[in-house]
Amino acid sequence: MENWINELKSSLKNTMKEILYPLAAIVISFIAGAILVYAFGKSPITAYKALFFGALGDWNKIGETLVTTTTLILTGLSVAFAFRCGLFNIGAEGQFIMGGVAALWAGWALSGLPPILHVTVTLLAGALAGGIWAGIVGWLKAKVGSHEVINSIMMNYIAMNLSNYLIMTVFNEPDKAFSYEIAPTAKLWRFAESFVQFKYSRLHTGIIIALIVALIAYYILNKTIRGYEIRAVGFNPSASEYGGINVNRNIILAMVISGLFSGLAGGIQTAGVQYRVNNLFGFTGYGFDGISVALVGNNHPIGVILSGVLFGALQKGGPMMQIEGIPKEVVGIIQGIIILFVASNFVRVMVQKYKENKEIKAQVAKGEVK
Amino acid sequence: MSAVIEMKGIGKSFPGVRANDDINLTVNHGEIHVLLGENGAGKSTLMNILYGLYNPDEGEILVKGKNVKISNPNVAISLGIGMVHQHFMLVPPFTVAENIVLGSEPQKGLALDMDKAISDVEELSKKYELRVDPRAKVQDISVGMQQRVEILKTLYRGAEILILDEPTAVLTPQEIEELGIILKSLVSQGKSIILITHKLKEVMIMSDKVTIIRRGKVIDTLETSGTSIEELAEKMVGRKVSLTVDKGEAEVGEPILQVKGLKTLDNRGLEAVKGVDFEVRSGEILGIAGVDGNGQSELVQTITGLRKTTAGEISIKGKSITNLSPKDVTSSGVGYIPEDRHKRGLILDFPLSENTILGIHRSKAFKKGFGLDYRKIREYSRKLIKEFDVRTPNERIYAKSLSGGNQQKLIIARELDRDPSLLIASQPTRGLDVGAIEFVHHRLIEQRSKGKAVLLVSLELDEIMALSDRIAVMYDGKIVGIVDAKDATELELGIMMAGGRRPEEH
Repeated sequence: MENWINELKSSLKNTMKEILYPLAAIVISFIAGAILVYAFGKSPITAYKALFFGALGDWNKIGETLVTTTTLILTGLSVAFAFRCGLFNIGAEGQFIMGGVAALWAGWALSGLPPILHVTVTLLAGALAGGIWAGIVGWLKAKVGSHEVINSIMMNYIAMNLSNYLIMTVFNEPDKAFSYEIAPTAKLWRFAESFVQFKYSRLHTGIIIALIVALIAYYILNKTIRGYEIRAVGFNPSASEYGGINVNRNIILAMVISGLFSGLAGGIQTAGVQYRVNNLFGFTGYGFDGISVALVGNNHPIGVILSGVLFGALQKGGPMMQIEGIPKEVVGIIQGIIILFVASNFVRVMVQKYKENKEIKAQVAKGEVK
Repeated sequence: MSAVIEMKGIGKSFPGVRANDDINLTVNHGEIHVLLGENGAGKSTLMNILYGLYNPDEGEILVKGKNVKISNPNVAISLGIGMVHQHFMLVPPFTVAENIVLGSEPQKGLALDMDKAISDVEELSKKYELRVDPRAKVQDISVGMQQRVEILKTLYRGAEILILDEPTAVLTPQEIEELGIILKSLVSQGKSIILITHKLKEVMIMSDKVTIIRRGKVIDTLETSGTSIEELAEKMVGRKVSLTVDKGEAEVGEPILQVKGLKTLDNRGLEAVKGVDFEVRSGEILGIAGVDGNGQSELVQTITGLRKTTAGEISIKGKSITNLSPKDVTSSGVGYIPEDRHKRGLILDFPLSENTILGIHRSKAFKKGFGLDYRKIREYSRKLIKEFDVRTPNERIYAKSLSGGNQQKLIIARELDRDPSLLIASQPTRGLDVGAIEFVHHRLIEQRSKGKAVLLVSLELDEIMALSDRIAVMYDGKIVGIVDAKDATELELGIMMAGGRRPEEH
């Protein structure tokens, strides 16, 4: 029993340590943002107040923030999962789009199914489409050795244009730049139906799905043989090969699983938020934001949940700053600075340097150095 | 004799390590001075300080009596200090002359004066009896020749004091002998030389003076003529060491590994193993000797399933394992200590516990429901850590934070615990200190006495000769000959390593 508690303690301590650095980076970024706002001649306090209340000011705002968070958690998990296998899935965007279209098809063509079954099938169709889309990239990497970054970028464009073509032809709502709506049985349940607090928000059950998926991702990565192999390949393909692990199979599988997450995000966007798919003039950005979310979340499923909330709040609170006369681009800048700090490992490097200096000084003081 | 280099009270700290502690070193004009020490003793750090790659925390350096501050290698070069690194820094498709003048090319107007470069190199080469052809391409000449090109590079830049870092690691015994002659001739013409090495025999043959460094401190400086290998070994390690390996008579049984007509390609698609036949029987150690890059790595990778054969047969106990996957080779009873423990042997960012199950992670013993039973895995790794004396606080430490010797112990523990009938050990002691080397040798001998077959591949001829029952010498992708270890001499093996036949076969 005591052993078990100690174990929990040490794992908690490790988690805290891992969270600490990104957290410090976030704090520094907000300070930098404050300086920026001040330089514009505005009050940082007004700005951050607007940001905070814009994102979390009341239940409806919290609901809307969580709508964005749901998508970001899933695309973030997608990027993080592939990354643990050493793969950079820039194609989350395309997988997201394909997931949205596939869910649209299932939500419309399969009407007549009982409600819960229909919405489940709709979401699965989305996930599957994303999985296939990413799987193609993984397969190309494993069989031909072509780089996943290039291929997944290309797949993003194919996805967007394919989606637009389908929206404007087979799925088209006549004379509109979007598709028709999915059947009511394919829609995700919204909190507004039972909770009056969320009346003006689109918050739906997708958030719960996203949290469950994060736990599943954590379990697969850290507790299963497949996860062991995927992480092994991510850290060291040569040693994995030596250990009898089929590197190519794991690369393909990791990409497929990663794509499932992004595809599911797209499916949820269709079944929970928009009920249809728009003709896109450019990328939605959800897939690309997933990269930032994964990065700040340290590619750890729990970290991804937290950073998904942060980025969701920033994106929803930004427009409120606009009302206070502070350009909402400040939010974009803060996001950028956070990523810059996290990606450059700035805080960790500084702390290490400080520790090294201290250690050498301590050695000198102890007389080990003459 | 006057001092050309005086290093006084040199100290250098890295986090957690005192790499150099109050080191004093004096190198006289015209002497060959060896820095002797185990891996990690601090000799390379000291020389990197002298060459301006590191700045010392304290201490001073005098070159020819003048106090200097060597802040970067350009300063060192201008002071007449040249360094030949262990890994050569040459451009393979360039000619010898092009490589030598690289960075300080003679010019005619705007153009490179190649004629002058060639005549300069020829002159230098003749002066120091290095006998290199300035027009040959570096990729076409032997490793020994490449080393001479590196030496010429420093001489061309006016080096008076040469530092050679582990120069013999890549050479055959004959080439080592030739290097010795070259060094003597350099010294006789007024150069001074510092050799970094951990090989005792070479200290005795090549040097005038030897400074022993252990754990960042100078232990002693001795005249080579007044010391012995035993004394040097003891000072280097800090305790008495036995330089010979005790092993009983081999009780040889059935053939375990049989290799017939094996051929395979290297990473560039060129034939690296060109038809190899041999067998390893139970209760014996077969050593494969050879200079680096003669197909040994590819041979081992083919046997272990990491590389496909293009022809030939491999079998274990009569059952073919040709072109099986590494997983299937492992389960046929093959244990494998890979030559590069960082690249192949371990996943450095995994904790020890996860490393101990690499290769057996699909075994039922570690399964629980859909997942892995991490409690059992940790128990298992604690057991291995204890049995094989891996020095670590616990099994949750990442593999990257262990010392080389302990990393190797962990790999050996993992491979031997599976009780394989064939153990393949590829350079199992590379980069280890004497204590760890003893441990590895002991374990290899133990496998042999248990009636297992051991295939040992090593670039260290001494290790091959000490451990093997039979020795196969590889040259250019072929086995030049297999000799009984008892009648093998270093001379004979050296000739074979250079591609020559055994004398009596002529």
